[in-house]
Amino acid sequence: MILEARNLSVAYPLPRGLISRPAPLTVVHDVSFRLERGKTLGIVGESGCGKSTLGRALLHLLPAAKGEVLWAGENPAQMAPETLRKARAKRQIIFQDPIAALDPRMTVLKSLTRPLATFEPGITRAESRDRAAEVLQRTGLSADYLARYPHELSGGQAQRVGIARALIARPEVIICDEPVSALDVSIQAQVVNLLLDLQEDLGLALVFISHNLAVVRQMADEVMVMCLGRVVEQAPAEAFHLSPQHPYSQALRQAVPEPDPLAERSRRGKALQGELPSVHAPPPGCVFASRCDRARPECRTTRPELAPRGAALVACPY
Amino acid sequence: MARSPFRLALARFLKNRMAVACTLLLALIVALCFLGPLFFPFTGEDSDFDNISAPIDLFSAHPFGTDDFGRDLLVRVMEGGQVSLTIGFLGALAAGVIGTLYGAVAGFAGGRLDRLMMAAVEVLYGFPYVILVVLLSMLLGGGNIALFAAIVFTLWLTPATIVRAQAQSLARREFIEAARAGGMTNTAIVLQHIVPNTMVLVLVYGSLLVPEVILSESFLSFLGIGIKEPQASWGNLIEAGTAQMETDLRLLALPGGLLALVLFSLNFIADGLRDAFDPKERL
Repeated sequence: MILEARNLSVAYPLPRGLISRPAPLTVVHDVSFRLERGKTLGIVGESGCGKSTLGRALLHLLPAAKGEVLWAGENPAQMAPETLRKARAKRQIIFQDPIAALDPRMTVLKSLTRPLATFEPGITRAESRDRAAEVLQRTGLSADYLARYPHELSGGQAQRVGIARALIARPEVIICDEPVSALDVSIQAQVVNLLLDLQEDLGLALVFISHNLAVVRQMADEVMVMCLGRVVEQAPAEAFHLSPQHPYSQALRQAVPEPDPLAERSRRGKALQGELPSVHAPPPGCVFASRCDRARPECRTTRPELAPRGAALVACPY
Repeated sequence: MARSPFRLALARFLKNRMAVACTLLLALIVALCFLGPLFFPFTGEDSDFDNISAPIDLFSAHPFGTDDFGRDLLVRVMEGGQVSLTIGFLGALAAGVIGTLYGAVAGFAGGRLDRLMMAAVEVLYGFPYVILVVLLSMLLGGGNIALFAAIVFTLWLTPATIVRAQAQSLARREFIEAARAGGMTNTAIVLQHIVPNTMVLVLVYGSLLVPEVILSESFLSFLGIGIKEPQASWGNLIEAGTAQMETDLRLLALPGGLLALVLFSLNFIADGLRDAFDPKERL
């Protein structure tokens, strides 16, 4: 198992006042999954549901508040600092804003080769340059781009550089945090295909974080739906796309427009009604109850746990 | 083909005529102060007892005359300029380096360490400047080193707060997360990502810091706790000049005028740098 989360919760400390000592704000609750080599876990949910935070915690860029992350069976929180730094080579991340993900004062060459200086200390300058040119070509950019600065790249080019940087130390897992949502639609498809090719060739495991169900459908083997920091449905991708079980998953699914205009016109499009609860005051019951058209009184008071339904795990008994 | 953000800014700076003119003027004054005395057979501390308080006579041995000890005024002003400019640039450099590192660490670390470090800065801000200089002079036994230390000690605070604010916003940027995922240590991230990205700010602020240091030096020398006679600095030359300004204005006008020119051109250079590195431009 290349990446595993066991009952993982992640919290942010809140600023302390003069007297008040607020408890840390938990934004991800009790997430568990297992990810194998060459597979993709899709994480979907609306803005602010904690999916990016979860991604950071999987790389141990944020500490786990409860539960644990396992990297090939080992808990990064228990590694010695040196071991942890070396182990990071196998777990990389690509970001939503591709330009912000590159240091504006570094050339592409410098951005790409910097991780090699850490992970393969003995490497010569010429070797690391060759490696940089190689991964850059792998992502579809010529070696000419090595001399460029981020401000001379388009969004799609910068994202390819970001992917090349993630690849250069030969990783096993890449966390893709909304990697295409900042790109033009025409570029999105190219980047998605690039990721799929790389995954096939290199046996990468991907965690694909997105709010775009159509993209997740193309990428994922397993889908995890998050709402307000909690997993409400976790299912194999095929089953999920055929029939999402949780009312929130169904609402997400209905928000995807149909390509056929006739089908789109007759689609029962209904926008979600009701308020999204605040993360600072999460409801005692189901996280979706305030917006759910099937909510019953008990939904607002007791939180349903994830329970098996068919191939899926669903946090809704109805 | 590839143009670094720095080279782009340099190109913009070179298009700013006022800033370029001021850079040349400053270079000229620096060259004058450091090379000028070589053309005279005496130093600014040698007295010419045949020509005491000689007036301006551009074609004599003492073009701008002598002071009441018979010392050549032009040579003294040039030698004083060496001291003032050296303290100015070195002081700004030292204050800039210390402030940058301090601010970068505080801003990047955040949390409790940041609060502690910035509280220390606030306390030092509140410390009366002149008393600090006197104290340091006593501690370090006076002299130029004590003066220099005192100036740097008070002037690194502002660059520290400026850099800290910038470091705080940089620390949240995604390329910093990428660097951590790339296995970099915090020290390496601060030195290789945070500090280089604050250099623009520090450069602009540093060019304003140079006149500030020169002014502090002049002010302290003027008060008599800076550079001591017979060594000249613009500060103590101006002080000596003000004592006689009603009878002989040139003793004040020459060092004062040069100091004013240097401050003036540094301000325009700083302005030009700020425009060239305008954060609204894509950097």
